[in-house]
Amino acid sequence: MNLLDIVLFLPAIGFIIGLLLPRENTSLIRNFTIAFSLLVFVVSLGLIPNVLDNPGGSSFVTDRVWIEYPAIRYHVALDGLSLWLVILSTLLTPICVLISWKYIQKQTKGFYAFLLLLEFGVIGVFVSLDLFLFYVFWEVSLVPMYFLIGIWGHEKRIYAAVKFFLYTLTGSLLMLAAIIWLYNKSGTFDLLLLTDMIQKGRLALTSGESFWLFLAFFFAFAIKVPLFPLHTWLPDAHGEAPTAGSVMLASVMLKMGTYAIIRVCLPLFPNAAREAAPYIITLAIIGIIYGALVAMVQPNMKRLVAYSSVSHLGFVILGIFTFTQTGMDGAVYQMLSHGVSTGALFILVGYLYERRHSLEIADFGGVSTPAPWLSTVFVITTLASVGLPLLNNFVGEFLVLQAAMQVNILYAAFAAVGVILSSVYMLWMVQRTFFGETPDEVKRHVFDMTGREWAAMVPLLILMVWMGIGTQSFLPPIRANNVKTLEMVQPPAAAINAQAAPVKAVVEVRDAN
Amino acid sequence: MHQLWLIPAFPLAGFLINGIAGRRLSKTAVNIVAIGSVLLSFLWVLKVLAGLGSLDDVHVERYFTWIQSGIVNVSFDYAVDRLSAVMLLIVTGIGLLIHIYATGYMSHEGGYYRFFAYMNLFMFFMLTLVLAANYLVLFVGWEGVGLCSYLLIGFYFHKKSAGDAGKKAFIVNRIGDFGFSLAIFLIMVTFGSLDFGQVFSKVQPMAVEHQAGTITLICILLMVGAAGKSAQLPLYVWLPDAMEGPTPVSALIHAATMVTAGVYMVGRSAPLFNHAPIALDVVAIVGLLTAVMSATIGLTQYDIKKVFAYSTVSQLGYMFLGLGVGAYSAGIYHVMTHAFFKALLFLGAGSVIHALAGEQDLRLMGGLRKKIPVTFLTLFCAAIAISGVPPFSGFMSKDAILLAAHHHHPWMYWVGVVTAGMTAFYVFRAIFMCFFGTYRGTAHPHESPLSMTVPLGILALLSLGGGFLDVPRYLEPMFGGEHAPHDTSLVVISVMAGAAGILLAFLFYIVKPGLADAVSRAFGPVYRLVYDKYRVDELYDATIVHPTRDGSRILLWRGFDVGIIDGIVNGTGSLARLIGGALRHMQSGYIRRYAAWVVLGAIVLMAAATQMGGRR
Repeated sequence: MNLLDIVLFLPAIGFIIGLLLPRENTSLIRNFTIAFSLLVFVVSLGLIPNVLDNPGGSSFVTDRVWIEYPAIRYHVALDGLSLWLVILSTLLTPICVLISWKYIQKQTKGFYAFLLLLEFGVIGVFVSLDLFLFYVFWEVSLVPMYFLIGIWGHEKRIYAAVKFFLYTLTGSLLMLAAIIWLYNKSGTFDLLLLTDMIQKGRLALTSGESFWLFLAFFFAFAIKVPLFPLHTWLPDAHGEAPTAGSVMLASVMLKMGTYAIIRVCLPLFPNAAREAAPYIITLAIIGIIYGALVAMVQPNMKRLVAYSSVSHLGFVILGIFTFTQTGMDGAVYQMLSHGVSTGALFILVGYLYERRHSLEIADFGGVSTPAPWLSTVFVITTLASVGLPLLNNFVGEFLVLQAAMQVNILYAAFAAVGVILSSVYMLWMVQRTFFGETPDEVKRHVFDMTGREWAAMVPLLILMVWMGIGTQSFLPPIRANNVKTLEMVQPPAAAINAQAAPVKAVVEVRDAN
Repeated sequence: MHQLWLIPAFPLAGFLINGIAGRRLSKTAVNIVAIGSVLLSFLWVLKVLAGLGSLDDVHVERYFTWIQSGIVNVSFDYAVDRLSAVMLLIVTGIGLLIHIYATGYMSHEGGYYRFFAYMNLFMFFMLTLVLAANYLVLFVGWEGVGLCSYLLIGFYFHKKSAGDAGKKAFIVNRIGDFGFSLAIFLIMVTFGSLDFGQVFSKVQPMAVEHQAGTITLICILLMVGAAGKSAQLPLYVWLPDAMEGPTPVSALIHAATMVTAGVYMVGRSAPLFNHAPIALDVVAIVGLLTAVMSATIGLTQYDIKKVFAYSTVSQLGYMFLGLGVGAYSAGIYHVMTHAFFKALLFLGAGSVIHALAGEQDLRLMGGLRKKIPVTFLTLFCAAIAISGVPPFSGFMSKDAILLAAHHHHPWMYWVGVVTAGMTAFYVFRAIFMCFFGTYRGTAHPHESPLSMTVPLGILALLSLGGGFLDVPRYLEPMFGGEHAPHDTSLVVISVMAGAAGILLAFLFYIVKPGLADAVSRAFGPVYRLVYDKYRVDELYDATIVHPTRDGSRILLWRGFDVGIIDGIVNGTGSLARLIGGALRHMQSGYIRRYAAWVVLGAIVLMAAATQMGGRR
C-alpha cells in the first residue's frame, strides 16, 4: 500500500461514504465532498517529489495478482507522463465541487458521489499498467459521466448522453477485443511485459495483425480525443452537460485518449504507428482547421468551446505523430494546458449560465459593464486559449508546430492556420458577449464574481501563468518519459534519420521553390 | 550585470498596481503610478546606456531557461546593442511624454485606471520586444503589444465600432504572426537556435541566395509578420480602423512605437536579409506600394485622425523602402524622426479634438489658430517636419532613404518623391482646413491644459531639431556604411516636391476654397474610389470573410457535421433509440441501482474475458 494506491482508492472510499450520507442533507453532502476531494488533492501532491527525482522510471509501483485466471494483475505506477494528469484530475475535482455548489439543485447526493467515482475512474486510467485493469477503469470513468450528462444536463441531455455512451462504447469494445486478442497470443495483460515481449521479438505479430490491433486501440482512443471525424459526440455532450461535467470531460477525459495513444499504442505497435502517421497527422490537421471553423459559427458558447477542443486536441495528435522529442513534449504539455484553460473556459461559461440561464451568445452583450472582473478573468482565459506567449497554451503549440516544421513545412503551415482561427472565434465570442451595449436582461441578472467563484478560478489562473513562464517546473519529467517512449517507437536506424531531419526539411523547402 | 530587466519591470509593476487596485485609487495616485513607472524606466535606460558606454559589442543578460525540449532550447534573455539603444530611448522617451499628455486628455473619461494599466502593460511588452536577445522573446513582446493594441483600440468597449476595430487589429496581426511564427520555426530548424547572436554568426559564412532558398523563404515570412504589425500591403487595413482608440493610444502605439516594430524586426534581422536579396526587393516594393497607395487615400479623408493614420501607413512604407534598398540605418533613422513628428501630429490632433469636445471632422473645424494657438504652432512644426522642409527632422531621414533608393533603382526614388509631394499636400490640407478660414463647427474651443501642451512643445522641438541626432552614423558599425553618393540635385528635387505639395494645398484650401470640390467632382469615379479607400475592406469581406463564415456554417457545420457524420451516427440510430430506451428505464433514480449496473457491467466483461480464455 503506497501513496499512489491511497490516492487512487481515496475517491472510491469517498464515493462509498457519499452514498451513505442522508439524501436530504445537501449542505453536509457538499461539505463532505469538498473536504474529501481537497484531501485527495493534498495527498496527491505528495506524489510529485518522487517522480521528479526519478523522471525516466516508474515510481510507486504496485504489482500484485488481482485475479488468478485469467491472469489479471493490479499493476499501477506513476511516471513523468501520468504524474501531471493525475494531479490535474485531483485538482479539478474540488474545483468542480465548488462550481456545482449552487448550480446543482436536484439529487445532490448522486451528483457528488458520481463526481468522486469519476475521479476514481480517471486516476485509475492514468496509473494502470495492466491492460485489463486499464480497460476496467476506462469503463468505470464512462459510467459516471454518462449519468452526469443524462441526469443533470440541459434539455437534450438524454440524446447527448446516449450518443456519448454509444460512441465511446463502440470504441472500447474494439479495444476490448484487441486486448483479449493480445492476451490470447501472449498470456498476459501486463503492458510492460507485452511491450518488452514485442520489443525483443518474443511476441511475434504479423504486420497485418499489428496493423489491425493498432487500429482497434487507436479507434477507441481517437473517439475519446476526439479526432476528426469521430468528434460529433463532443459538442452534444458538452452542450448538454452540467458545468462540472463539461470541465471533467474536457480537461481530463479527453486526455485519456491522447494519454492512451502514447501509453499503449506507440510502445505496442511502433511500426504500425509509424506507417499510419501521415494519415493520422492529416486527420489531426483537418481537425485543427475544421474544429476552428465550425467553432467560429456556433451560436452556443459551450458548443463553441467544444469545437475549439477538437481543434486544440488536433495539435496534441499532430505533436505525438511527429515522433520527435519536441513534438511529443509539446503534445503532453498541450494536454495539460488545454485541461487548465479549457476547463477554466467551461467554468466561466457556467458562471454566465447561472446568471442569465442561457448559453446562447446572442442573449448576452456588454457583460463587462455589470461584471468587470468576470470579464477580465474571461479575457485572460481567452488569451491563454488562443496561445498568447507567457501563458500556458503557447508552450505546447509552439513545440508542436516547431516539431511539425521539422517533419514537413506544410504540416506546420496548415496547423498554424488553426492558431489564426482560434483568435477569430474566441475574440468574436468575447466581443459579442462582453462588449457593446448591455441589454436589460443582462443588466438585471448579471453580477460580478463571488468569493466561491473566485476560489474555483484562482488556481487555474495561477497555473495559466506558471505553465506559460515556468515551464521548467513541469517539462522535465514529461521530457524524460518521452525519451523512453521515443526509444521504443524509433527503429534503430531512425536515430540517424532524426538527426538528418533538419537538413531534409531544408532541402524540401528548396525543392518547393 | 546592468539589470536590464528593470527597464520593463517598472511599467509591469505599474500595470499590476493600477490593474488590480486602480479602481480604489485616486486619479492622482493612478497618475503617479503610471507616469512614475515609465519615468523610472526612462531613467534606468539612461543609466544603463551611460554605464555601457559606446556599446561596440552587444551586452547580453541571461535570466532563465524558458522552454527546453529536443532541438528547442530557448532562454529568457535581454540584450542591448546600438539598435536597441535607439529604440529604447524612443520608446521610453516618447512613451513618457504621451503618458503625461494622457493624464490631461483622459481626465474626463471613465475607466481612467484601466486606460493607464493597459498603457503600462504596453510599455512592458514593447520594451521586451526591443530588449529581446532571441526571436522567441521578441515574439513575446510582439504578441503582447498586439494584445495591448487590441485592448486599447477597444477601450470604449460599449461602442460596437471600437470592439470591431480592436478585433480586426488583433486578427489581421495574427495573420502576420502566422508568417512570423513559421519564420521562427524555420530559423530553428535551419540554424538550430533562435538566439540572435548564434543565428547571425551561423548565417555569416553562408552563400548569398541569388536564387530563392531557405533564407529567402525565412526572410519573406518575417516580412509577412512585419507587414501585419507595421500595416503594410496587404495587411494594412487594421491601422486606419485602430483610430477608434483614444488619441494618446493612436500616438503612442499606432504611430510612434508599436507599428514600427516590424521595421525594427527586419532591421534586427539584417544579417539574414543581406543573404536574401530577393526578399529585400520584396521589402522595398511592398514598402513603396504601400507608401503611394495610402498617401493617395490620405488626400481624400476628412477625419483628422484618419488622415494621419493613412499618413502613418505611408511613412511606414518609406521605412520599409529604406530597409529594402539596404539602407537599414536610414530606415531606423526615419523610425525615430517619424516618432517625433507623428506622435506630435496625433497629440496635436488630440488637442484639437479635446478643444472641440470630440469633433474629428475637418469640415467642421476651421479658423482655430487664434483659439488654440499653442496647438496650432506645435502642429505646424510637425507639418513642416513631415513635409520634408529642410533642415527639419523629416527632411533629414526621408532624404537618406530617397538617396539610397535612387542608388538602388532610380524609379524607386521618383515614386518616393511623388509620395513626398502628396504627403506635404495632405498634411497641410489638414492644417489649413483646421486652423485657417472661419470656424464651421458649433463647439466652444478652448486651449488644452499644461499637461498636454508641454509634451506638445517638447515634441515640436524634437520634430524640428531631432534630425541632427545622427542615427545613421551611430548605427554604422552595425549595418555598415551606406554609400549612397550625395547628390544635391536629387535633394533639391525632393524638397521641391514637398514645397509643391504645400503650395497646392495653400491654393486649394486658402486661396480658392471651392477648387478642391471642383477637382474632386471632375475626377468623380476615381475620387470616389480613393475616398472609399479603394474598397479593399469590402473586397476582403466579399472574398475571404464572408465565404469563410458562411462556408463554415452551411457546408462544414450544418452540412458535414450535422448532416453527414451525425446522419450516419443517427442512422445506426434505430439501434441508438433501442438502447436509449433501455437506458431510460434504467434511469429510475436510485443510486443503488446505478451502482448495481456498474458492478454488473464489470462482471459481464470479466466473464467475457474468462470465456475467451487464454494461455497461462
